[in-house]
Amino acid sequence: MQFTSWAFLLFLAVLLPVYYLVPKRMQWIVLLLFDALFVCAAGTLGAVFMLVTIGTVYGAARWIDALFFRQRSRIAAMKQTHTKEERKRERLRFEAKRRRVLIGCLVVNVGILFALKYGAAIGRLSATLFHTRAFGSELMLTMGISFYTFSTVGYLIDVYRETIPAEKNPFRLALFVSFFPLLVQGPICRFLDLKNDLFTPHAFSDERFLKGSLRIAWGYWKKLIVADRLLVAVKALCARPDVYRGGVVLLEMLLYAACLYADFTGGIDITIGIGEWLGIGIPENFRRPYFSKGIAEYWRRWHITLGEWFRTYVYYPLSVSKPMRALSTKLRRLGTGVSRRVPVYLATMLVWALTGAWHGSNPTFLVWGLLNGAVILLSEECKPLYARFHRRFPRLTKSAFYRGFTVIRTVLLLSSLRLLDCYSTVGDAFSAFGSMFTTWNWNLVLFGGIQSLGLKWTDYLVAGAGVLLMFAVSMLQRKGPVRERILRRGPVIGVCAILLLVGTVLVFGRYGFGFDAGQFIYNRF
Amino acid sequence: MEPLLEILHDLHPDTDFTRETRLLDDGILVSFDIVMLVTRIEEEYGVLIPAKAITPEHFNSATALYALIRTLLEQDD
Repeated sequence: MQFTSWAFLLFLAVLLPVYYLVPKRMQWIVLLLFDALFVCAAGTLGAVFMLVTIGTVYGAARWIDALFFRQRSRIAAMKQTHTKEERKRERLRFEAKRRRVLIGCLVVNVGILFALKYGAAIGRLSATLFHTRAFGSELMLTMGISFYTFSTVGYLIDVYRETIPAEKNPFRLALFVSFFPLLVQGPICRFLDLKNDLFTPHAFSDERFLKGSLRIAWGYWKKLIVADRLLVAVKALCARPDVYRGGVVLLEMLLYAACLYADFTGGIDITIGIGEWLGIGIPENFRRPYFSKGIAEYWRRWHITLGEWFRTYVYYPLSVSKPMRALSTKLRRLGTGVSRRVPVYLATMLVWALTGAWHGSNPTFLVWGLLNGAVILLSEECKPLYARFHRRFPRLTKSAFYRGFTVIRTVLLLSSLRLLDCYSTVGDAFSAFGSMFTTWNWNLVLFGGIQSLGLKWTDYLVAGAGVLLMFAVSMLQRKGPVRERILRRGPVIGVCAILLLVGTVLVFGRYGFGFDAGQFIYNRF
Repeated sequence: MEPLLEILHDLHPDTDFTRETRLLDDGILVSFDIVMLVTRIEEEYGVLIPAKAITPEHFNSATALYALIRTLLEQDD
């Protein structure tokens, strides 16, 4: 069930009254039942995989919790009768048991994700190598599995680290795993961030409803007026790497940057807005990312929850792990600079390889991830150089012109890397990028070329106006949330803003509201 | 506390670490800094900060970080 379908709007129209009419202690149960409906509507296979995740993670978390309890009782009992060394050995024995439970559960759940993401690719590879029939299909990748697997794995690791206790009620854990607004494209939430809101009774609030509605309307506006419109041109450009080269590739990069922003942030706006309707606070996933002055800053402001997940559960544990520290110690003879950098470099590249792999099985994603990591490390190494430049030209580097330059530079750099997301092979992406410097065809870009991409001039005008409005809103957000400022002027202004957004979607929305709107781009990851 | 402040100063000479209380939340300390910091703290104080302790609660200010180091040192004893 897509956010942009009539079925989904009907689903919400039924859920909301039921959610607020049932006794408040039953609200989370209603939500769970609607989640089950949402998941089953996306396919029974997906429901089965989700049940496996809920069952295994629930069991493993309870087991780990029980091992903590038994360890404490055992160590307390040993206090008078055993030496410190013996107690330490006992503690390590329990730690090893907990680690085994954790790893076993991770293997099952990450294994399912891996098999679904890479099954088809492995099938094709095996068919090529061993001349067998290809097995697996991309269609097996079920709704939201990348997002809920990460959230659930995060929960299990938090229990293992004793950050949170294991949830005793399996149905409550099921609600966290299957919470429907998060299944389309995240954000990736932590149990400790959501659990209070998910299970606390909520009374209906006009103010919250209005606030959520405005956010949802803005999300649909971005998705249906800008993203779905621009996606037509982007798809046309990506489909013919042999034809669209030179300046057209720059156009493609910019169109895709605007399209992806409108699509992903629009979807997250809808998700957060639905959360507000239900009284459930969902964390923000973006902080005006296209205003970043460097690639590392950009990644702290784009898809924030995925970045935090990788930092918390992969990057930090890996970079301070025993083997990494041992390696760092070994390399000390090469100098402290080298030995201190090695953990950071290895962990960064591994995390980026995994981030690329998370996006899909195509090698383009892996190369995209590794290039992101390499650029981040390179800019980190250039920091002293930048600092010298800033000291040498303080007036220039503090000027709005220089800030603007760094922002545009970052957007262009990221858009270049995203070409790997546009094409099906790494070669096509690099060739298209290179052609920008070798093929001079600006007359094609400006006169005639863009009209052959499936969009009319009016479409470009509407999308351009949409991009300008998104830019203006981002500029206004620098002084605080725009929504709060609109709603502070009173509910009538708020309702007018919502009606205006919905009205323009009805008039200008691509293919008309709900007719043939595409799925969100991030849903395929 | 002095050695810790020196380490922090090496990482960001322009930041006043005696005053800042949102080092992680405001992005003053980023993931690279954190790993460097953990390595330098291990060299200086002989304690390893576990990954699970890398949270805003412990890394938002020099005082909070020093308190964490003290706690870990006491646990070692």
